[in-house]
Amino acid sequence: MTSFTDGEWHRLHPLTPLLRGGITFIAILGFLLYNIRDILIDIVLGGDGRNGEPLVWLYESEFFWLAVLAVLVGLIAIVVGYYLSWRMNTFRITDEVVEVRSGIVFRRNRKGRLDRIQGINIARPFLARIFGAARLEVNVAGQDANVKLDYLGSASADELRREILRLASGTRVAEAQALQAAQLDDTGQPVTRSAAAAHLIDQRVSELLAPELDPGLAPPESVVQMHTGRLIGSLLLSGFSVFVLLLVGGIAWGVAATGSYLFLIGVLPTLIGTGSFYITRFTRSLRYSIAGTPDGVRIGFGLLSTSNETLPPGRIHSIQVTQPLLWRASGWWEIKVNRASTSSQKGAAGQANTTILPVGNLDDVRKVLALVLPDHTDPESVALFERGMRSKGGDDGFVNSPKRARWYLWFSQPRNGFATLPGAVVLRQGAVWRQLTIVPEARMQSVAVSEGPVFRAMKLASIRVHTVAGPIAPALSAVDRTEALRFFREVADAAISSSSADTSHRWRSGEVSP
Amino acid sequence: MTDRLDLPEVTWRRVSPRYIVVDVVGYIVFGVLMVGAGAVVAYFVSIPWLWIVVAALAVVFVVTIALTPRRVRSIGYQLRDDDVLFRRGILYQRFVAVPYGRMQLVDINRGPLDRLLGLSELKFVTAAAATGVVIPGLAEADADELRDRLVALAESRRAGL
Repeated sequence: MTSFTDGEWHRLHPLTPLLRGGITFIAILGFLLYNIRDILIDIVLGGDGRNGEPLVWLYESEFFWLAVLAVLVGLIAIVVGYYLSWRMNTFRITDEVVEVRSGIVFRRNRKGRLDRIQGINIARPFLARIFGAARLEVNVAGQDANVKLDYLGSASADELRREILRLASGTRVAEAQALQAAQLDDTGQPVTRSAAAAHLIDQRVSELLAPELDPGLAPPESVVQMHTGRLIGSLLLSGFSVFVLLLVGGIAWGVAATGSYLFLIGVLPTLIGTGSFYITRFTRSLRYSIAGTPDGVRIGFGLLSTSNETLPPGRIHSIQVTQPLLWRASGWWEIKVNRASTSSQKGAAGQANTTILPVGNLDDVRKVLALVLPDHTDPESVALFERGMRSKGGDDGFVNSPKRARWYLWFSQPRNGFATLPGAVVLRQGAVWRQLTIVPEARMQSVAVSEGPVFRAMKLASIRVHTVAGPIAPALSAVDRTEALRFFREVADAAISSSSADTSHRWRSGEVSP
Repeated sequence: MTDRLDLPEVTWRRVSPRYIVVDVVGYIVFGVLMVGAGAVVAYFVSIPWLWIVVAALAVVFVVTIALTPRRVRSIGYQLRDDDVLFRRGILYQRFVAVPYGRMQLVDINRGPLDRLLGLSELKFVTAAAATGVVIPGLAEADADELRDRLVALAESRRAGL
């Protein structure tokens, strides 16, 4: 295995054409087999020729050999096309950029700057996993600004990610020993070719059975695992379930009121749809784990098709912890983040990949917050976050909306407030749908305060912190005007000092590498 | 403490009063088109209450145009050491602070009327779409100079995303 980071051009995994076009091949093969099967059965059992079959008709017509020729030419063209596209698809990684060239007729060249990397995604669809291949995607800030490498060998994808992150982190000296170690087996002997071939089957099986998260990668106390029971519970207690219940109730009422069973016709597709929705969500979230590695937060999931994503430090633009009403009794929370890139890869449960914790209890939330906000793990900050999640309000470190905002915020007025920590802004909202938003000051783009005529009469104002686009829009309304202006001044100053002190785009540049 | 949202410590730089002309003409053209289209529809459809809607529309435009000088006077900005402060609005007031290091690009737009009066519109773009800071009605030379200065400032204070 060669090192991918030597600045030379490299090719992708040789099975790439098969894996990319795999579905097409299987579909064509399946169609042929299905038709031939009937003919074979007829020949063996002495059937009556089955005149209706298109293949039989074709076989008996004079165009048969022409058709066979056409199919062969088509297949060869496809194979040659895939082979050429594989030949022409090369990539390289230098100290500054990751670069991909692809295309046979229309050439395409894409470069991503390493210090602008927002995340690295490794996906292993089931078919690719069987062949020991993986798809690597480097996310750079912006819409559709991803550098894709599909497919790579499974082990080289992991290694490549490690190398890209090492280059991006700003550590300059190559870890030469680590590279050499990769080519030695357990006993320290170099792996020979025949031994490697003998190990191939073993290796595939062990790769398939291996835990989704390599245990050596992250300290075990930082790992948050998804509890299967909780996963099922969270699915049943979702807004979608309420919708399904309403639908079932509506149909039952329709049947009872009209006495005709016509309404039941609509039930079957709905049942199938609902079932598949729950099953997809469930299997996609199985084996979910989120862990802290030295090069960022790693989120992995999947039973058959697996996927994992690494977010380097300082790539999370805001964090929101929410609790829907249905989850209140069981004490579950969901965590979303805003990030500067969009990945084509879906997150766990088929949700947008901005949901980094689909469901978790207070303990999980605590761990995940420590991972995504490594600067705020001191007891005061943690206690503040917990008050932000669960407190009913009052004098608890948050500057809350005044009593006169009660007419506007019927239930959440005592809770609706903000707090500032060194380096982060914390906004707390909602009494029924509780939510807590945390914005690292080094990541905020701008801050605004505004006031309309009604709020002016009440001496209230709204504050808003602008971050990159995402599911979270950090804002707070009906804050006392004086407090809002104080917040505005304070945060505008803090944003400047935090961002000038921030070095997370080269997160390990201060360290001396071994 | 005054009765409005205010930052008393800031001395605001105002935009050129000529911008009132641009804004007023823009609203007149838009208003005439809208009210005219409404009147034509009302005339042919001959539903009596449609005329009330058209009249209400006309009143809204007249009030908007009458308030334009005040609205333009409410636009202000200040370049501080490390960020730019921006304000606008009388009924709905808005204050924004954008650090220079966060600016991704600075746009200069000039419509036909702007060109006639020698004005420019300056737009700051950050990585957040919601920032929305647009300073209209700057004298042309000021806008160019401001842009160059802002780009230089942004360069010297650049941070990651």
